[in-house]
Amino acid sequence: MPDDAPPATGTLAGARDHARSQEGAAPPGGRTAPAAAAVDDLGLAVEPADLLWDETLPAGGYAGHLLPRGAVLRLADLEGDACCQLVVHRADQRSERTNVADTMKVQWQAYLGEGSVLLSGLGRVLMTVRSDTSGRHDCLCGGSVRAEVGERFGDGSPWGPTPASRELLALAAAKQGLSRRDLPPAINLFAGARVADDGTLVPATGPVAPSVVELRAELHVVVLLSVTPHRLDPRDTWSVTPVRATAWREPLVDPEADPVRRSTPERRRAFLNTDDLLAGIGAGAGGAR
Amino acid sequence: MSATLVSSEVVPARAPWSAVVEAGQVLRIVDLEGNQAVDCLLYLADDTDERYSADTTIAMQGSIFLVEGSVLRSNEGEPMMTVVGTTCAYHDTIGGACSRESNTLRYGHHTFHQHACADNFLHEASRWGLDARDLVSNINWFMNVLVGPDGTFGIVDGISAPGLTVDLRAELDTLVLVSNCPQINNPCNGFDPTPIRMEIWDGVPS
Repeated sequence: MPDDAPPATGTLAGARDHARSQEGAAPPGGRTAPAAAAVDDLGLAVEPADLLWDETLPAGGYAGHLLPRGAVLRLADLEGDACCQLVVHRADQRSERTNVADTMKVQWQAYLGEGSVLLSGLGRVLMTVRSDTSGRHDCLCGGSVRAEVGERFGDGSPWGPTPASRELLALAAAKQGLSRRDLPPAINLFAGARVADDGTLVPATGPVAPSVVELRAELHVVVLLSVTPHRLDPRDTWSVTPVRATAWREPLVDPEADPVRRSTPERRRAFLNTDDLLAGIGAGAGGAR
Repeated sequence: MSATLVSSEVVPARAPWSAVVEAGQVLRIVDLEGNQAVDCLLYLADDTDERYSADTTIAMQGSIFLVEGSVLRSNEGEPMMTVVGTTCAYHDTIGGACSRESNTLRYGHHTFHQHACADNFLHEASRWGLDARDLVSNINWFMNVLVGPDGTFGIVDGISAPGLTVDLRAELDTLVLVSNCPQINNPCNGFDPTPIRMEIWDGVPS
């Protein structure tokens, strides 16, 4: 096609040519297809055939994705001002999902970091935080809701310029056969809040260096993501920058060699419960055994 | 305006309770013997998809503690109930509910057959057509959860005492589920679960 004149769309053939002429014309972002193309782009030491997913979520973007046990999900705050809300469900029994209270309480720690686990309400490990260069994540504050964003910025709808996290997660959920009932409190990644001595929530938001968090699936999981500002971000503009989500298959970790499993008695027992489930569904206990 | 007692029930140690509190009514919870955690979830009576949100409640008030004046908000940001009075300095809403499953992580697998709040919630929820998908982060009346400067998070000795109360005014018709916490492995109930009293009032009791 000539560069200066898009195909006329008054006929079926013209409309089809017009649609087909758009591939690759979009600004950076969207989904990488096939995902394997991300290996070179990111310099990953991963076989292209093991790539499962690569997508750049813009501000106000959302995603939902099924990840098999052992998969690594790499989330990158590309520009240093991201905030990504995360909910994880067990793929084969979706009433089991991230429980932020148990995640904090069981590990005796409010703030996630490298070596933390994301626990379900049934005492099992859904995902492990394998590495983390951010350290600002937040299990306390959850994602914004439409009425709240509407009051601050005029519109929290999912079709407007400043969508609320919950509206986006509800769409991500709907595409996985889940509804609003299936949305527990979300985890905020890359921006958060810290608790002062008197219980005040102090925002930890705003631009910092770009960072990356890698999560490993310990069961087959469905992850739901939205990219919206942290609800305690004090700026009077709706400000958030894109997140790149990339996932790939890795060999299962040898439980005897897993430092996370051995780090505390609570995590060790959480993995034992997870092993029991895997044995029950015929997947065997983790790794080489 | 004087207040009228509509109902009053003693909930035995370890047991669940539920009722719909109509808009304008006040639910008074009495910690009869002191330091008894009362796990609590809220649902809009006419649309249970809209339910209590611990994260929205604490984010919108900017503090982790529930105190007099705290507004208990739904997952859509709506005020469901307001803490119109309490004689206990503060209450928790970040510590969640105990479960048989999480007890195995926290205390060991020998605790697996001990009764727990999640079972009370599942039992009581089922009477209203609700199930595991409807259980979310809850309120723990009279329970003391602290977060240290380094993020250390845990339940410590309570700050309640015999006869202390919390009064909740319903802003909308609200289904209230309660688990009178049976936990015996940490200080949330002083290692001794005890009864509570649930009173529903027309008007604010003195």
